[in-house]
Amino acid sequence: MENIITIFKKELKSYFDSAMAYIIIVVFVGLLGWFFTSSLFLVNLATLRSFFETAPFLLLFFGPAITMRLISEEKKSGTIELLATKPIQDYEIIIGKFLSAWALFVIALLPTLIYYFTITILGDIEIGPVIGGYLGLILVGAVFIAIGVFGSTLTENQVVAFIISFLFVFILFILDKILMFAPGFLASILEYISIDYHFSNIARGVIDTRDLIYYISAIVLMLYLSTVVISKRRWA
Amino acid sequence: MSIIVENLSKHYGHLKAVDNISFEIHHGEIVGFLGPNGAGKTTTMRILTSYLSPTSGEVIIEGKNIREQTIETRRLIGYLPESNPLYSDMNVLDYLEFVAKLQGVDKTKISKRVREMIGVCGLNEVKHMDIGQLSKGYRQRVGLAQAMIHDPKILIMDEPTSGLDPNQIVEIRNLIRQLGKEKTVILSTHILPEVQATCNRVLIINKGKIVADGTPSELQSGFHGYERIFVEIEKPDGYDFEMLQVKFNSLPTIKQITLMYERDGILRMKFEAEKGTDIRKQIYQICKENNFSLIELHREQTSLEDVFHQLTLEAA
Repeated sequence: MENIITIFKKELKSYFDSAMAYIIIVVFVGLLGWFFTSSLFLVNLATLRSFFETAPFLLLFFGPAITMRLISEEKKSGTIELLATKPIQDYEIIIGKFLSAWALFVIALLPTLIYYFTITILGDIEIGPVIGGYLGLILVGAVFIAIGVFGSTLTENQVVAFIISFLFVFILFILDKILMFAPGFLASILEYISIDYHFSNIARGVIDTRDLIYYISAIVLMLYLSTVVISKRRWA
Repeated sequence: MSIIVENLSKHYGHLKAVDNISFEIHHGEIVGFLGPNGAGKTTTMRILTSYLSPTSGEVIIEGKNIREQTIETRRLIGYLPESNPLYSDMNVLDYLEFVAKLQGVDKTKISKRVREMIGVCGLNEVKHMDIGQLSKGYRQRVGLAQAMIHDPKILIMDEPTSGLDPNQIVEIRNLIRQLGKEKTVILSTHILPEVQATCNRVLIINKGKIVADGTPSELQSGFHGYERIFVEIEKPDGYDFEMLQVKFNSLPTIKQITLMYERDGILRMKFEAEKGTDIRKQIYQICKENNFSLIELHREQTSLEDVFHQLTLEAA
């Protein structure tokens, strides 16, 4: 656990030491704000629904972007050899790095609370769906970041890592758009795997156990596969 | 025993990077892995440090098996990988602290250890700088500092002086010799003088196998069949080489005398004598008795270079 914290702190600090963290936060918050305000006065309702509808789409890009260098850069510079010969487990490296990217994402979400407070001024808003929406967003973010970590273990090149991870999340995203071509028994499985299906719950501010199981198993699977990939070198 | 390696092999497909090697290393030895590029030095080190798993064989470090107690054995080792990879965006202090934490250095002692390492490795001037801005010499010292931060019993260094200038090389070698007094040190190199300068034992590795094992002087003397002595004298009046040969042939252990060249009235000769005998004194005596003007007299030390070339090229 201590090793995970050590790696987590180091990675989070390195986000904020470089321009990366600030760029991510500014662009993420800015884009969300633009989507949010442009529809707010049209619908004329005190709701954050459009915000929670747009945010997951942005995550398709931001997930892979904040994770792309996490492992690939270690491979490229050779520092993975330093890390992997320290008295720590490979999974501790992966989890520490995953948590740091996830923390950056949560930090980037914090300024968006302004939108919520803006709306409370304009009208009555139910707090329940807002909390549910944020929780859902944080979980979807974790899934995309876990996928991004996995993509980053596959290559030494950050850009390639980004593309792999993006394709991966994009496929998860469009899966339910091809449902009409799939036979019946597959359709319900594909629907469950498709992340868009779980998005809609977020937008409504509802999280049920099916969603929770989906998110958690996806995160665990991706982090497990990442660990397998970085451990594989021992046997290469 | 500090390190025991038994029948260790590492195969990459059909390539045998390390081919069934065994050796033991005692506490306090400074062992040099010597071999051409691609001989298996780095692979062996990577197995010792648990970066790679062996295809077969066992490694016991301070009584612990690297397979079953990998975390414990890693704690005992300080490792400087080949080409010294570092996080260029971290500053020296943060980096050393980070490594100290991962190595499990007691929390209360971390800042003390970091300070000590900065002192030992001469990093005080650059401690607040990002590693990416440092010169190669300083980077190497940072690499050494991180390897020693937890005061490990065993130091493993893959080409610790590569890319340094001659002054820096001397500095690092002194540091290594200093460390060798209380630690077991393994270093790899393909620079022969480095081994002579720092190590008290040499393992010559070629094509994944150990082809020689001994102290540098053992390897040097055990190699040639003869002692070689080079003698230059002014050609005495009325003498030619054959007559000189007869004079010197009376020496007890002499095997052969050959003329190398004659130039400007000076003869250069090569004497070969039985191994382990030094006949320089007798040669001088004969010259004195006969009034020959001795100009040069020197015994050739077989260089480790010769041993190395012979062992690694003959096998090829």
